[in-house]
Amino acid sequence: MTKSINRFYTYYFLLPAGIIYFVFFLFPTIMSFFFSMTWWTLTDWKFIGLENFITFFTEPSLNIGFKNTIIYAVVTSGLKVIFGFLLGVFLCSRLKTKSFIRSMVFFPTLLSTIAVGIAFTVMMHPTQGLINKTLQVLGMVGPDWLGDTRIALLSVALVDVWKGVGIATVIFIAGIMSIPEEYYEALMMDGGNAFHKFWYIILPLSRPAMNSVIILSFIGGLRSFDLIWAMTKGGPGFSTDLIASIIYKQYQAGFYGLSTAGNVILFIVVSALALPLYVYLNRKEVDV
Amino acid sequence: MRKKTKIFSSLLCSTVLMMGILTGCSDSGKDTSNNAAKEQKTLTLLIDNQTTLDGIKAVADAFEKKYDIKIEFETRPGGAEGDNVVKTRLATGDMTDLVYYNSGALVQALNPEQNFVDLTNEPFMKNVMDSFKKTVTVNGKVYGIPAGPVIVGGWLYNKKVYKELGLSIPKTWSELMKNNEKIKAAGKTPVIGTYKDDWTTQLIVLADNYNVLAKTPTFAEDYTANKAKFSDTPEALRSFKKLEEVYKKGYLNKDFLATNYDAGLKMLAEGKGVHYPMLTFALTAIAKNYPDKINDIGVFPQPSDSPDINGFTVWMPAAIYINKNSDHVEEAKKFVEFYISPEGMNAYLSKVKPEGPLAIKGAKLPDDVYPAVKEMLPYFESGKTAPALEFLSPVKGPSLPQITTEVGSGIKSAKEGAKLYDRDVEKQAKQLGLPGW
Repeated sequence: MTKSINRFYTYYFLLPAGIIYFVFFLFPTIMSFFFSMTWWTLTDWKFIGLENFITFFTEPSLNIGFKNTIIYAVVTSGLKVIFGFLLGVFLCSRLKTKSFIRSMVFFPTLLSTIAVGIAFTVMMHPTQGLINKTLQVLGMVGPDWLGDTRIALLSVALVDVWKGVGIATVIFIAGIMSIPEEYYEALMMDGGNAFHKFWYIILPLSRPAMNSVIILSFIGGLRSFDLIWAMTKGGPGFSTDLIASIIYKQYQAGFYGLSTAGNVILFIVVSALALPLYVYLNRKEVDV
Repeated sequence: MRKKTKIFSSLLCSTVLMMGILTGCSDSGKDTSNNAAKEQKTLTLLIDNQTTLDGIKAVADAFEKKYDIKIEFETRPGGAEGDNVVKTRLATGDMTDLVYYNSGALVQALNPEQNFVDLTNEPFMKNVMDSFKKTVTVNGKVYGIPAGPVIVGGWLYNKKVYKELGLSIPKTWSELMKNNEKIKAAGKTPVIGTYKDDWTTQLIVLADNYNVLAKTPTFAEDYTANKAKFSDTPEALRSFKKLEEVYKKGYLNKDFLATNYDAGLKMLAEGKGVHYPMLTFALTAIAKNYPDKINDIGVFPQPSDSPDINGFTVWMPAAIYINKNSDHVEEAKKFVEFYISPEGMNAYLSKVKPEGPLAIKGAKLPDDVYPAVKEMLPYFESGKTAPALEFLSPVKGPSLPQITTEVGSGIKSAKEGAKLYDRDVEKQAKQLGLPGW
């Protein structure tokens, strides 16, 4: 008797958190799955089955977002891994100004994304921007970074990398610092040089850190919205529209059902890409 | 003992804090209603933050002097974001007494029968121009009064440069293109493109509506009823082709994709750019930032292919509506009546130079209006105006700015753009649940 009371008793402590979780997370999620299959005007709704999803996949101005989102996520997470790793290795070496450079690298992460977006939009102006003016002094003609539809998406991705590489670097530094000193000593005994140290010790043993960076920045890239919105609003035309910015535009236009369907699609896309990636990366992980 | 006190005091603390939060929520509402009952009456008005408030504030001040009713302004963002604020506030019953909002197609989406007071039979509505009334009429009932002047969409041009180069106002599209050629040869930018603010890219297509309707008078109705499309109506497709032509002939400024609206106005005022397809509300911004240049700015209608068809596409002013669920409907009616009375209009004109004629019958414009407005008046007097399509049809695709950006920068052809827009429109009509789609 007393045992059963005790068992229930413990659950009471979970109740407050459970209620909050249900009201603010589970309930809206379930509702969004429902409303994605309706025609919805906030006050009135009608069930229309999968029509919103069909619209989303067939309309060219909507499904261009899938391609762009994948490109954006792959480019940003790829570059963040490469630069973050190189910076991490560099900042773990014996440098006098190590902590200063570390804070320099981390600094952009602290800035507001919108402010970064606006600042870079001004700097990337084709004729009056700082970047192209600098190139001009060096005798080069810079491209129209955000106006040329072929490179606009990559320009935004580069800014994203500039802003996000600090986090990746910090994760890599933590990973590299946790490699036990004995391995380096063993390498020295065997007469390995700096390259061997990098290739045979640091690279394989910072694998867990690398996996975290890949997963985090890939998911971040898939869901990215604020930087694109601050810099191009999906333009010129539709050339830099991501799934998230398209969803926002549908919401702005008052197509609430359609934009909810977009959110469900984004949720599925993120899970469908991120989950297998996570499993795959974890399988290859080496035990330290 | 001590433990108990501790528990008790912490409970007390949290209860007090909780009460504070709860009362905080309802505080603001209580206060205003109390004040209104005891002291001066107050009406609230929700307006977007893009509109200059000088004129409306002048009317509100004059109204307060006369009736001792204060108008309190609340602001909201403009554009689609603002639409959502209005829709949400109406849906949750948290709307101000008076609502400043677009006339035309957008207001139909607000469900006016449920939300706004019907003004059809109010005696003061007789003074309002019929063409305006049409844009705030839903199912035969009129809901709003004009909040400002009527403006036109056309080609703003720099008169000084026109004089220097010996150009005359073009009556046909090919004359306009010839002018552009001469301007380009003189080393100036013929047409200003400000694609960084993508709403400005729509102007050539939207301002062509007079020409479309002149040749196909039923286009607006057929378009609303899903019988006519942009891509298969030659006159409507021509609007997209005009946009394409301006780009293809290289008449735009070099960095048009990165130029914004403010920079465009500067180019026009300084004469670096000579034409700017734009709405005449830009005149106020030019007068404010470049007061010595405003007399150099004129406007002409977007020409058609025939000299006989030459008129302005007109944008009706935003309207002021009365919230049906307000506690102060009578006072609000007094305000809208005062607003469109000669007294109210004089107060308005004392602070604002109109960007076009007023939508009120018999209202006279002061003599010192902008020269561009004087150029507009003959077209209004001879009836050579037509409302923009968005005032005739609730159908307007949300992606038009992106599509016109693509056509106007050579990413897509006019035909492809028109086709894409037809699909966008179809999506909008279905989402709004319009009949016939």
